[in-house]
Amino acid sequence: MSETDNTAPGPTAEDEPRRDFLVKLSLGLGGVAALAVGVPVVSAVLAPLLQADPQTWRKVGTLADFDIGSTHLVKFENANPVAWSGVSSESAAWLRRDSATAFTAFSVNCAHLGCPVRWEPGAGLFMCPCHGGIYYKDGTVAAGPPPRGLTQYHIRVSGHDVELLTAPIPITDITAS
Amino acid sequence: MKILRSIGAWLDDRLGISDTVMPLARHLVPPGAKWSYVFGSAALFCLILQVVTGLALTLLYQPTSSEAYQSLQFITHQAVFGRTLRAIHYFGASGMVLLVGVHMMRVYITASYKFPREMSWISGVFLLFLTLAMGFTGQLLRWDSNGVWSAVVAAEQVGRIPVVGTYVARLLLGGDTIGGQSLSRFYSYHTLLFPGLLLGLVGFHLYLVIRNGVSEPPVAGRPVDPKTYRQWYQAMLKKVGVPFWPTAAWRDTLFGAIVILSIFGLALLYGPPELTTPPSPATINTNPAPDWYLLPVFALFALMPAKIESYVIFIGPILTVIGLLALPFVSNAGERSPLRRPWAVFGSLCVVVFVGALLLLGEQAPWSPKFTAQPLTAGLVHSSDPQVVAGSALFYNKGCLYCHLIDGHGGRRGPELTEVGRRLTPGELEIRIVNGGGNMPAYGGVVSKKELAALVAFLGTRK
Ligand code: FES
Repeated sequence: MSETDNTAPGPTAEDEPRRDFLVKLSLGLGGVAALAVGVPVVSAVLAPLLQADPQTWRKVGTLADFDIGSTHLVKFENANPVAWSGVSSESAAWLRRDSATAFTAFSVNCAHLGCPVRWEPGAGLFMCPCHGGIYYKDGTVAAGPPPRGLTQYHIRVSGHDVELLTAPIPITDITAS
Repeated sequence: MKILRSIGAWLDDRLGISDTVMPLARHLVPPGAKWSYVFGSAALFCLILQVVTGLALTLLYQPTSSEAYQSLQFITHQAVFGRTLRAIHYFGASGMVLLVGVHMMRVYITASYKFPREMSWISGVFLLFLTLAMGFTGQLLRWDSNGVWSAVVAAEQVGRIPVVGTYVARLLLGGDTIGGQSLSRFYSYHTLLFPGLLLGLVGFHLYLVIRNGVSEPPVAGRPVDPKTYRQWYQAMLKKVGVPFWPTAAWRDTLFGAIVILSIFGLALLYGPPELTTPPSPATINTNPAPDWYLLPVFALFALMPAKIESYVIFIGPILTVIGLLALPFVSNAGERSPLRRPWAVFGSLCVVVFVGALLLLGEQAPWSPKFTAQPLTAGLVHSSDPQVVAGSALFYNKGCLYCHLIDGHGGRRGPELTEVGRRLTPGELEIRIVNGGGNMPAYGGVVSKKELAALVAFLGTRK
């Protein structure tokens, strides 16, 4: 850059530190801006991991509704439905009354890939429509691909009400089998 | 007239149509490409069709867990042309998956992924997976009980990924159960995230076609040499190249139009897939099964030995992706002609047969209990022996008929029993029923002595 040519446009040597500073400033501020916007965006993406997963006791019927020895499909609302859930907040479980006070409740989700298992009263077996998983009455695997038995829910009787502790959809991990 | 011409000239000057766009449209392509090169552009036509019809569907669709089902009913049964619109979008998805598959196969068989088109292949691999992801999230948006259960099955599959599986499953469902938060996620993936990525990548894919040129039809004995290929290709174009528009493009346009019209025809003829029951996860009498192009995957999971399944579910996709991405680097020079690469042709054939067979098996789904089986009629029982009659009733009642075929009635999960009385003695029958084995539950704890005797008596008459 020649000394005499200072009317010409373009950077000069004195400008260099200044430009250097401005480049750094713009990158730095840009980073801060991205971070500021990024936090709420990433939170929205990760929201399902950030909330606690609550569990709630839900009434699924009264003692009079269930005969000893019989198995019923009970429906209940999941633990934290949002206002626009509609019927999609419903969950179901297979409930069996073992004695006057004892109940067993099984998840309807097959331990294989989660399809809804059906109780076949005649056969006394749970059968899955997807890949032929079959479970005995006690939830253990009788046949097919499921690597483990049906998940159970906690059940309690309070007064005359039968209550069930809601739970997440059981996810079968790789350690099963 | 003069006014129109000056408007045209003004637009041309400001937009640069003759300067920038026309040279692109007229870029030289190798001659002789003919009909085998039309599948990629047809897939692009399908994508555009999907964007346009998808956009129209969002005008009618309510993406909330409580209202999606009703809005779909509205689209299917009330909205003007809504039924056709949904059907076009449905068949368009099938068309796109099919054409992407055929295009990929053509590129592989003619080795068009070799130097210098490695990145075209790699972007294509991502486009394939995005296409499948679109298909999957799309069928979920039907948000009937089938859609809900598909979401559960998807969550279960990603749940098998070691360490992070459960978290990924939660992210997918938007929580630890299906609920109001679930559909919003899939809607966002299907209408914003994946299409955004898809369109961006398609732009990149096309840009690469312009940059590196369309691959010339392979000739046996003329291998690709990265050192000289580019020079040779340019020289060849200069000598014999033809302008893409209109010399080569009319085939793409014609084939694309035929594809779109076929999709439209199928849509009019068959309509969209019927919705099943409303999206309550408590509705358990469903048979969740994906649309046909994902059935092979579904069938694979059903037929795989359960022991290795957890591993295959996450290692399989990883290996597939790595293999596909590595391909252009493993073989980026040498012969391109399928005549000189018999193993490549054979391999592609194997893939087609394998996927086709899985699809066929998926369609027949003989591995599930057939819940719709009806009790055997008196005519089929053809015996008045009360024990045999009782046995035949038990055979239905205990669920045996769900899995075993007798005279064409029943399921196909287990062996056919039409003539089992010839094969097995009553003693052997008893042992099988009581102990089960293989894919049969042990019925010992399920049937009483008397019931067992009746069942054996009934089966003994099957000769
Ligand atoms: S989901 Fe039940 S057997 Fe596969």
